[in-house]
Amino acid sequence: MSLFSKPQYSTVVVKKKDIPKGLWTKCPISGEIVFNKELEDNLMVVPKSGYHFPIQARARIAALFDPNTFEEADAKVRSADPLKFVDSQPYPERLKKYEKESGLPEAVVCGTGKIHDLNVSVAVMDFRFCGGAMGSASGEKITRAIEVALKKKIPCIIFSASGGARMQEGIFSLMQMAKTSAALGRLAEAKLPFISVLTHPTMGGVTASFATLGDVILAEPGALVGFAGARVIKETTKQTLPPGFQSAEFLLQHGLIDQIVSRLDMRDRLRDLLLALYVGKLPAANAKS
Amino acid sequence: MEKPIYTLEFEKPLRELSAQLDQLRQRSEENKLDLADEIAAIERKISATQREIYSSLSPWQKVQIARHPKRPYALDYVEALFENFQELHGDRQYNDDRALIGGTAFFQGRAVMIVAQQKGRDTKENIQRNFGMAQPEGYRKALRLMRLAEKFGMPVITFIDTPGAFPGIESEERHVSEAIAVNLREMAMLRVPSIAIVVGEGGSGGALGIGVTDRVLIFENSYYSVISPEGCAAILWKDRAAAPQAAEALKINADHLEKLGIVDEVIPEPFGGAHNDLKQSADALRYALLKHLNDLRALSVEQLLDTRYERYRHLGVYEEAGATQH
Repeated sequence: MSLFSKPQYSTVVVKKKDIPKGLWTKCPISGEIVFNKELEDNLMVVPKSGYHFPIQARARIAALFDPNTFEEADAKVRSADPLKFVDSQPYPERLKKYEKESGLPEAVVCGTGKIHDLNVSVAVMDFRFCGGAMGSASGEKITRAIEVALKKKIPCIIFSASGGARMQEGIFSLMQMAKTSAALGRLAEAKLPFISVLTHPTMGGVTASFATLGDVILAEPGALVGFAGARVIKETTKQTLPPGFQSAEFLLQHGLIDQIVSRLDMRDRLRDLLLALYVGKLPAANAKS
Repeated sequence: MEKPIYTLEFEKPLRELSAQLDQLRQRSEENKLDLADEIAAIERKISATQREIYSSLSPWQKVQIARHPKRPYALDYVEALFENFQELHGDRQYNDDRALIGGTAFFQGRAVMIVAQQKGRDTKENIQRNFGMAQPEGYRKALRLMRLAEKFGMPVITFIDTPGAFPGIESEERHVSEAIAVNLREMAMLRVPSIAIVVGEGGSGGALGIGVTDRVLIFENSYYSVISPEGCAAILWKDRAAAPQAAEALKINADHLEKLGIVDEVIPEPFGGAHNDLKQSADALRYALLKHLNDLRALSVEQLLDTRYERYRHLGVYEEAGATQH
């Protein structure tokens, strides 16, 4: 791979070198040098080029909610090891490593809070924990976030960032797709809005369950979103993938997503959508608490 | 013993023995020799070897049986167990997927809706059926048929047998993930009883896309997994050849899945696999289907929906405040 070749399209590729270390970071699109402090203050979006670096779940939450309104829920739900899974190392060892790397106990942070004074239930995935892979604990947290929305009659918003299902929990991981989707069925029946926000990357079992079930589906610019990974597609079909394949822009063009929204505009855009879909429809629900 | 036409690697000792048996019989006939004792000895050896091989199959060997080219496919069971199957084609939007088919049929005199993943028996049919890998249109057709079943009050019976949903450019362009996701949500809300049977391969989301049902049955040698053993081996062991280890670690076989609460019943297969006796396999399935359908028919729609929701709601094992939860 040439170090200096320009990327053909804007799909973000998360590599170790993309994770900013030190004082400054180079934008992979424009090549401009951005100070990390400036990048963090701008929600990891490069100011001039608009390139979106991955953002940590807690930083996203801090930027999303009205100050001091977020209450985290189910922080004690963590992964177990139901299959006693061992590959090159035991799964519990991997879990410890993920926790250390991400500073999070699980790949999902969820809770309730206010966005422009509107109560919402939110689940945010963090790619740093095991590549955001969905296992029993993350599936449980997402399902609970949906059920809280149902109980409180408030909208649900899920930010996805995931490589897919967590292999080390085998069939239980697969069943989280059914569990989360079934909960969304009940939310839909109650006519409560679900907004799905696809962030880089959203793949596999997460795309094939709650992430594509939004009443409205938004995506961050350049996010990679798909079912099968590029390698699997190439191996199975020998097809050459077109430029920009599986990028948010590609999916907008092919009719899967409603809008591409910059992280910097997300809070306002969510308000605009909820005002139309929700506010005034169930007047009692959002007046309380 | 019937001559095996297609032999799996671990069945080789059987093939050799059966070749010996053939030779003996031929010699006995040609030379008018009485080799009855020798023949009987080899026959005893064959059945002992069979017992030895088939009663201690490894997870990976079972996967080989689940993928056996002679394994009964959905339409073999439809033909054996159902009357007057009327295939209904197309998703009314784009195409008719030949890997995921369906239609009306009668089971024990009552109308049901069949939704089935179907592999091909030879290369030509496999190309037509895309090796049992459905595209978005297949899942959308399946949903159309399930809604039809709901409208006319028919139970839905799905046959799962796929290596996975088709991973290709067209599949992605027409959003196979969305097609599967919608099925998961809508199947959870379907107001008629539903039963899924894993007849061969239960390949990940592609299988689950017709698998969110009131009951899930699985044939003894079938597997159901979040990822193929080869795929898992390639990622976690960095070597596809580690598939046997991955198959074991993933707990994908019927007996494991029953213990984990994923499936409700394991349907027994004849010695060596369902392909050795279709009638026996079909009879076992008929018996189980009848029992589960009767159980489900006794429930009200509300009971059905609540039980189904709870069934999937509690799948998963995690820790909370130091205790393991299910």
